[in-house]
Amino acid sequence: MITYLLFLGTLAGIYAILALGLVVSWGQAGMVNLGLAGFFGLGAYASAILSGAGVPIGLAWCLATLLSAAAGIAFCLLTRTLRGDYLAIVTLGFAEGLRLVETNERWLTGGSDGISGIRAPLKSLLPDAFPSLYLAVTWAVVAVAVVLLARLLRSPFGRALRAVRDDEQVAAVAGKSVMRLKCQAFGIGAALFGIAGAVYAHFTSYIAPDNFGVQITIYIFLAATAGGYSRLVGAVAGALAVMTILEASRLAATAIPGLDAVEIAALREFAIAVALILIIQWRPDGMFRMTNQRAGTRPVARPVAADVHS
Amino acid sequence: MSTSAPLLEVHDLRISFGGVHALDGASFAVMPGATTGLIGPNGAGKTTVFNRVSGLLGTGSGRVTFAGRDITRQRPEQISRAGLVRSFQLARGCEQMTVFEHLMLYGPRQPGEGLLRGLRSGPAVRRQEEALRERALAMARRLRLSEVLDNLVVKLSGGQKKLLEIGRVLLAEPKMILLDEPMAGVNPSLVQEIADHLVAIRQSGITILLIEHEMELIERLCDDVVVMAAGRFLTRGSFAEVSANRQVQESYLGLRRQ
Repeated sequence: MITYLLFLGTLAGIYAILALGLVVSWGQAGMVNLGLAGFFGLGAYASAILSGAGVPIGLAWCLATLLSAAAGIAFCLLTRTLRGDYLAIVTLGFAEGLRLVETNERWLTGGSDGISGIRAPLKSLLPDAFPSLYLAVTWAVVAVAVVLLARLLRSPFGRALRAVRDDEQVAAVAGKSVMRLKCQAFGIGAALFGIAGAVYAHFTSYIAPDNFGVQITIYIFLAATAGGYSRLVGAVAGALAVMTILEASRLAATAIPGLDAVEIAALREFAIAVALILIIQWRPDGMFRMTNQRAGTRPVARPVAADVHS
Repeated sequence: MSTSAPLLEVHDLRISFGGVHALDGASFAVMPGATTGLIGPNGAGKTTVFNRVSGLLGTGSGRVTFAGRDITRQRPEQISRAGLVRSFQLARGCEQMTVFEHLMLYGPRQPGEGLLRGLRSGPAVRRQEEALRERALAMARRLRLSEVLDNLVVKLSGGQKKLLEIGRVLLAEPKMILLDEPMAGVNPSLVQEIADHLVAIRQSGITILLIEHEMELIERLCDDVVVMAAGRFLTRGSFAEVSANRQVQESYLGLRRQ
């Protein structure tokens, strides 16, 4: 049971990293990225292949993150004339295209058999403590990402990004480099998807193209939407909520007599779909609403009233 | 009018949208320090000129120079940074941002907008942010927006939106501003208030190009009036001169015989 919970906790951490990436590129910069599974897979394969070739795991993670970020920036430049739904469709196509590459370039990726026996840090040294250690490593990545992003999004950079999200023309007239900001936000998102992939690959020690399909994209959109799509805390809370829904529906389904494994799996997808519909209907803002930078002139904003009106 | 060089020169702008000539050879110049009115009947191409000059419309032929620099092919953010900042006719804004954030957004030369310097948010960035905040609060007081600083722009009244348009444009420390109907659709007392602001802006040395339909305001505020009709320059002069011009009267009344 403990092993099972540690496994779920680690997976939830990986979902949280992915949801953080979505909050930056979608919630803060307004670019819907339905291709996050593609970047997730890119990071996973890059780190697995590099560490398989003898590169130290830590370095492989960094390289996978950088590769994913570079792919994100290149993608953003290529699609610079697209916006909204059109961009979303192309990102979806990107992820599917990458999955085809993973399936067909057998010399590099092992095709549909995937890559197995991916090395994991410390596993051979401390086989018993590995699950809890890896949980800690995963959530340390989440924590570092949250701290850095919170700083960044509070700064003038974050404000300019949100202006681009709401109205690109207003942001441009305000003197902001719209293209640069979009590429940076998309690149940060892709970097987070990439590092999540790397963490995932070394956790499960086996990856295959099926792990990086549309399903994971839907889970992460649900996580970001449930938590509040512009909020970092929302990404983390949403990831935990999605994991809870997934596992609760599994347990609930086993309680229903006469269902086989395939039917149980289908019920879980159904639970996710229902959850997404309910949230969009009843609480489209999610658990944590959007916040704004306060002017700081009101007594409510500060315990000691700094009245500038006098 | 002084004999100095024009601050903004628009030369032979032509743009067509699917066979309709929105601009058909528009040319005029704006002198520094003056308030110039840009008038003409609906469809004359006034807002299209603004969109072209501010870089939001990058198509068509012709040339635009500002402060001696060719800005014809520059992007909107480059033109704004050069000191030529526009307002929007429909008082557009970022719907999920507050009045305060809009004012802060327009602050020029913010190093904290860089990825790494934003991430570091060091003392220099924080100092600049604080100085910008003081300017934003002062602007809000001047425009009587202090009470609504933390409101989302979509929650403002029509008049407050117009005031915010002016405020954020000024926060950018412009040399020249393009104002697209800053007084349209607001109540008469606020019209007077905005007019007073425009007088004060002119006195602070900022050049204004103003689109406005209310002729009393044009007469009161403008040193010089440019008249456009059907995408072209029609005439220019003092308000008295252009209002006495028969061509101008005909273009407004639609009596012009072919």
